[in-house]
Amino acid sequence: MKKLSLTVSAIALTSMLLSACGGNNGNNGNNGQSASASASDSPKPSASASAPASPASGGQVEIFSWWTGAGEEAGLKGLIGLFSAKYPEIEVINAAVAGGAGTNAKAVLASRMQGGDPPDAFQVHGGAELNTGWVAADKVIELNDLYESEGWKDKFPKDLIDLVSKDGKAYSVPVNIHRGNVAFYNKKIFDDNGLKAPTTFDEFFQVADALKAKGITPLALGDKEPWAATMVLENVLLGVLGADDYKKLWTNELSFDDAKVKQSLETFKKMLSYVNEDHAARNWQDAAQLVANGEAAMNIMGDWAKGYFTTDLKLEANTDFGWVPTPNTTGSFMVITDTFAIPKSSKNETNAKEWLKVLGSVEGQDVFNPLKGSIPARIDADISKYDVYGQSTIEDFKTAKLAPSMAHGSAAPEGFTTQANQVVNIFVTNGDVDQALKALKAAQSSSIK
Amino acid sequence: MGECSSGPFHWREGIMIHRSERAIPILMLLPSVLAIAIFVYGFISWTGYVSFTDWNTLVRTSHFIGFDNYKFLFQDFRFQSDLRNTLAFTVLFIGLTMLCGLFLARMVDSKIKGEALFRNIFIFPMALSFIVTGVVWQWVLNPTTGINLALKSMGVSNPPKWFTSTLIIPKLHLGLIDFGLPVAIIAVALAAVWQMSGFAMAMYLAGLRSISEDLRESARIDGATEKQVFRKIVLPQLKPISMSLIIILAHISLKIFDLIYAMTGPGAMFVTDVPGVYMFETTFRGNHYAQGSGIAMIMLLLVSLLIVPYLISSFRKERE
Repeated sequence: MKKLSLTVSAIALTSMLLSACGGNNGNNGNNGQSASASASDSPKPSASASAPASPASGGQVEIFSWWTGAGEEAGLKGLIGLFSAKYPEIEVINAAVAGGAGTNAKAVLASRMQGGDPPDAFQVHGGAELNTGWVAADKVIELNDLYESEGWKDKFPKDLIDLVSKDGKAYSVPVNIHRGNVAFYNKKIFDDNGLKAPTTFDEFFQVADALKAKGITPLALGDKEPWAATMVLENVLLGVLGADDYKKLWTNELSFDDAKVKQSLETFKKMLSYVNEDHAARNWQDAAQLVANGEAAMNIMGDWAKGYFTTDLKLEANTDFGWVPTPNTTGSFMVITDTFAIPKSSKNETNAKEWLKVLGSVEGQDVFNPLKGSIPARIDADISKYDVYGQSTIEDFKTAKLAPSMAHGSAAPEGFTTQANQVVNIFVTNGDVDQALKALKAAQSSSIK
Repeated sequence: MGECSSGPFHWREGIMIHRSERAIPILMLLPSVLAIAIFVYGFISWTGYVSFTDWNTLVRTSHFIGFDNYKFLFQDFRFQSDLRNTLAFTVLFIGLTMLCGLFLARMVDSKIKGEALFRNIFIFPMALSFIVTGVVWQWVLNPTTGINLALKSMGVSNPPKWFTSTLIIPKLHLGLIDFGLPVAIIAVALAAVWQMSGFAMAMYLAGLRSISEDLRESARIDGATEKQVFRKIVLPQLKPISMSLIIILAHISLKIFDLIYAMTGPGAMFVTDVPGVYMFETTFRGNHYAQGSGIAMIMLLLVSLLIVPYLISSFRKERE
């Protein structure tokens, strides 16, 4: 009898467990269904809601980004504050995922999008990352109506709108601009040695030789994560090819086995002979620190390094450190832009559009960018809110030719960027130009279409 | 189980018990069998399927392309380096961990004062995650800071470059890569050995304690020296422990990801890269899902090459 009752209770327990599992599955199924149902319904309510008579009221908006670092988190909070003041009834969910350059966030985003649980608006680099990624996957909504109603067409530079558009349709709203082709230098070292910051390759190598003779590391590099070295390469490519030819690399109009690309790699190789020996153990901050401490003279990095110098290391722009465009790239602007797009199955599309309107407004850009240390994407922002570096960069941005960054996924699909990083990682050590050219050419033909 | 065949007297009841006793284990096991079938074998099959498709973009495509992803991997500089590094790391890691573990176990077993304290000190690193170990050892072995500062102050003018070294010894040309022991991987292996040798010590200590003192005593009476006792009596008795250790450590080392990701990343010229890191980067950064699945399948194959013979042999032993 004892055994029997045991059997019964065991069966009961098992069936409970099973039904619990089944119940869960059922719930999940329902969730999925309701999500997809609301997704397919969403065009209707949003269409009616976008009429001026009924602005967004209530509900939520989930914002996905990788802005968790010191300045950028403050900037995001500023934006959310601005949004909440305008729409107090909308609850903002800040779904930020930590990790530099969005490396972790992008993986989370991809699985959420593929799993049918997208955020309402998400951060994405303008350029290939947007166009060959989400737009090609047909996962984001087109925003031409927003550009019309907000009058953005002539408030953002045309080159920039092109970067977030495909076939004449805009798919995201740029919030900020970072410049990738900047050489930061230690002013004291240059003054003490009577040197002038180099603007051409010839000047660069003259300065580098002079510094090397004095026992100072000419160029700081931290390529523990290979993209830092890839940035140097792309700036050399931009310098040797010029902005127009550089852009042709990403449309298959110029092949990577071109003689000028070879020349770029030779120059890159020569530059690598002036870097600190322990570059493979340093990340970009560690490399910037070498310049800050006066252990190295120059560092080629995006201008987030300026934020690191002024905010983290408390240095004064233009007195402690100076900057010039990387050799031969004066008049060009390697652009890295953070933008926001709305997924097709967003549950709160109307609210998400209101969020994008705030991002694209002068107010929004001027709240965010001074805190983040970037410059506004709009050309009519309030210049007095920016520091001396920001002001000079804003001026450059107005006139310079824009070139998309390869290292940050704006120029080419992620697949190419990953492979380029691998090629660079090998090249930095073995310096085999022909092998690198061959590998880059192979990556170009397999990834860029 | 024994009761079923216990006697001929209650055979009717016996059959009833027999049936219910069969049903209970099956019912109890069913949920986990189902869960494992779906979440382990189901997903393995899915990964295997993906690795034969051309899903190498963000947008999912599923054209069958046969072994193309595998062909690509085996002709890839990075993947060839990964295989070399995994081999070097596995040999170093298992060998050194077992040696250290055995040494520590002998020391602790020698009836010293404060045995429990030492035991805990040595086991403690195992409580850390590999990420923590990686970050700490990255600082310790950083060529410009860390231990090299101490070495320099002691007068070593050319301290080792640890995990930033790009040296490979000996440089045998094989495929696209130079085959040999990448010096940088030694630094990573050191960190891993530091973490796991306490575990090996615990295993060996249990093994040493299970060897009856009578055996050693009789060997000594037969005139064996302490060295001979250790080599001829103790070591052979520890063989099953060593086998288990090799299996446990090898599956850690073949799948290692977190330690290397935190400590060195792929390294200059991929001297410290391993398949796990490559898989993560190519899948989740490069959106090359099919190639990533291919790497995952190769890792699974490597581990099963090691585990399956072990499982078969232990299954045979059980039947005997």
